[in-house]
Amino acid sequence: MSDEASPQVLVAGNPNCGKSTLFNALSGGSAHVGNYPGVTVERTTASLQLGSEQIELVDVPGMYSLTASSPEEQLAVDALTESNTRAVICVVDATALERGLYLPLQLIESGVPVVVALNMMDAAARIGLRVDTKRLSELFGSPVIPVVATKRRGLDALLAALEEQLDSRTGVAKPDVAYPAELEADLATLAPAIARWRPQTPASQHRVFALWCLLSLGEDSLRGVPDDVRNAVGSIRRAAAEHGRNLDLEIVSPRYVWLDRAVAETCSVQGSKPSWSERIDRVLTHPIAGISIFAIVMFGIFEALFAGAEPLIGAIENLTGFMQAQAAAILPPGVLQDLVVEGIIAGVGNVIVFAPQILMLFLFIGFLEDSGYLARVAFVIDRVMKGVGLHGKAFVPLLSGFACAVPAVMATRTIERRRDRLVTMLALPLMSCSARLPIYILVVGTVFAGQSLGWFSAGAVALFSMYTLSVLVTLAAAAVLRRTVLPGPAPTFVLEMPPYRWPSAGILWINAWRRLRVFLVDAGTIILAMTILLWALLSFPKSTEVSEHYATERAQVLRSASSETTKAEALHALDAREAGDQLAHSLGGRFGHAIEPVLRPIGFDWQIGVGIIGAFAAREVFISTLGVVFGIGEADEENKPLREALRDARHADGSPVMTPLSGVSLMIFFLLACQCMSTIAVVKKESGSWKWPVFLFSYMTVLAYLASLAVYQGGQLLGYG
Amino acid sequence: MKRSLVDLPLGQNAEIASIDCERRLSRRLMEMGLLPGTRVRIVRVAPLGDPIELRVRNYSLSVRRAEAAKITVRPEGAV
Repeated sequence: MSDEASPQVLVAGNPNCGKSTLFNALSGGSAHVGNYPGVTVERTTASLQLGSEQIELVDVPGMYSLTASSPEEQLAVDALTESNTRAVICVVDATALERGLYLPLQLIESGVPVVVALNMMDAAARIGLRVDTKRLSELFGSPVIPVVATKRRGLDALLAALEEQLDSRTGVAKPDVAYPAELEADLATLAPAIARWRPQTPASQHRVFALWCLLSLGEDSLRGVPDDVRNAVGSIRRAAAEHGRNLDLEIVSPRYVWLDRAVAETCSVQGSKPSWSERIDRVLTHPIAGISIFAIVMFGIFEALFAGAEPLIGAIENLTGFMQAQAAAILPPGVLQDLVVEGIIAGVGNVIVFAPQILMLFLFIGFLEDSGYLARVAFVIDRVMKGVGLHGKAFVPLLSGFACAVPAVMATRTIERRRDRLVTMLALPLMSCSARLPIYILVVGTVFAGQSLGWFSAGAVALFSMYTLSVLVTLAAAAVLRRTVLPGPAPTFVLEMPPYRWPSAGILWINAWRRLRVFLVDAGTIILAMTILLWALLSFPKSTEVSEHYATERAQVLRSASSETTKAEALHALDAREAGDQLAHSLGGRFGHAIEPVLRPIGFDWQIGVGIIGAFAAREVFISTLGVVFGIGEADEENKPLREALRDARHADGSPVMTPLSGVSLMIFFLLACQCMSTIAVVKKESGSWKWPVFLFSYMTVLAYLASLAVYQGGQLLGYG
Repeated sequence: MKRSLVDLPLGQNAEIASIDCERRLSRRLMEMGLLPGTRVRIVRVAPLGDPIELRVRNYSLSVRRAEAAKITVRPEGAV
């Protein structure tokens, strides 16, 4: 955050107008990402030297108008009225002027000095559009500067105009929009309430504020609006409705009348070529070709996240392992070594292991968004998403959930409304992510090895069922959340289909990198802390009895007459068994024992219970924890001794723990439970409070338990297991 | 002759007569330039039949059928 005094210049604009590109071009990519207080909207700022002055550029979220009904939409107005706001650069897509000039008109009306950056002038020239910017500047009473942000053209003129606007602090000439007389009377009625609310605002702006209130208030969730203003607006609106007047129309319509006249006077189209976008769209939204291309693109993203990131993830894991070995060699054995190796280095590893998928997903999403295809993805798939109360834009995050919920939750930020975003991020952790696969493989290899169901292997059927179930449960969860926890109107789908454009690689990279950096800092801290906590839980207290017992056994092995290799093997086995016994003695181990009565009805024993506790770090850790629990040492899902140990495990009554039925129960538990602290951390980061991750963890755990209970008990009643 | 925007044949120009959706949506549509008197046409229907893509004020906007049903239009050339 900046200190109060430093002057700021806002960069505002419609979505897809190239605002971020211009912001990056002006700031040279050296931006600072923070948060607006109270809402989970990022506040990107950069400092800029303008003449003798150091100003702060603030990237305001994309918007079509200043009208607001939610705290998120209110940000722009709040920023505009901050005392240190000196001017606004309003970016406008020159190819969509007839609508694009609405926002700058509203801004100029508000009385703040505005410089209009008429962006994408090259694209405008290609479709034969000519704009008399000099005349447009006169009409607006504010400079209109043609720029091409991607090619850094026109930036000097833009900054010069901005400097001039900052120097001339005289009142800005305003376009004279002619509102109906009845409306003017209403504005006058409202003015005293506004004056009481904002005594520091010059009287000349009370009318503008009144306009904003009349258009914004009512069924809103805006903050800080005093009751007498609300009441005044309420009675004006009621009176207007009684007379059959539509106040919103009375405000918006005259603005467009003014704009239509200005555009007619300053813009001309010479020779219209069929636009590229139109031709591309004929293919990309075609019933057959469109859906095929859609499927190919989505599959490509999925494949890249799922398989393409694998080598990088492997490399990071190897590096983490290497660092752990180095630390273990340097530090003397003991608690400090364990803390560094299994707590800190493992924790840092747990954070950066997400980097490849986050970078990849945001490069993809950036490409889809900047090219204009993301809007078409939503257009093509919205029909399906609508059925469960989701927005078409929820598709890419949901699909990414198959690979990993962490980048997928981050990807929900492309969804505009907070409520829609929350529903999506609370449902998508139910998608069967890649960390669940090793568990399915372990279970299938343990209980279904060599069995078949008709023509298919039992394992393949089980795997396929898990993935199908995950999709169904995710969609059902979204539908239920929409009706219960996050009720509200189904998301409306009013989405601009921007023209296709070739994205700039530099911008894609800057944005993806920024996302990653924010994740590493914000979510990373939580993940690191949780790793250390979990390590402590599964390491302490240590039993001296156990260590003394194994010390004696080691001494016996060393005294025995067998060969050196046999001795080494025996010692290694002793280490593994000691680790298992120590784990059973730790707080986490005892907790696993304590919850066994709860786990029995779903077919698990205390050892699986300890595995589940360890798996809170990440699902696949279940397997290595089981390896320790069973005294095997390091193990992966293909590990034969682990499978055998699982098959041999017996309940107190002598019955086997792992049966096909308890195996299915275990897979369903892991499919549905939120066994992933990183998901918790990233939902905390993206939702802005602990309330939602706690809710997520609770509902998923309850759901998982009940589903496993139904499967296991139902299965037993039917005679399985 | 007024009719609902969803019933407008693909590609035919029309003039918006009224927008009768809930306030938030109609305000949004108006601020995005869909006002009584504005020319509009349907340029495309999504492969699964919904939503539809409109061309208005030289840009493209997609809306769901349920939303378009609440916009009435006067087709051009109709009496």
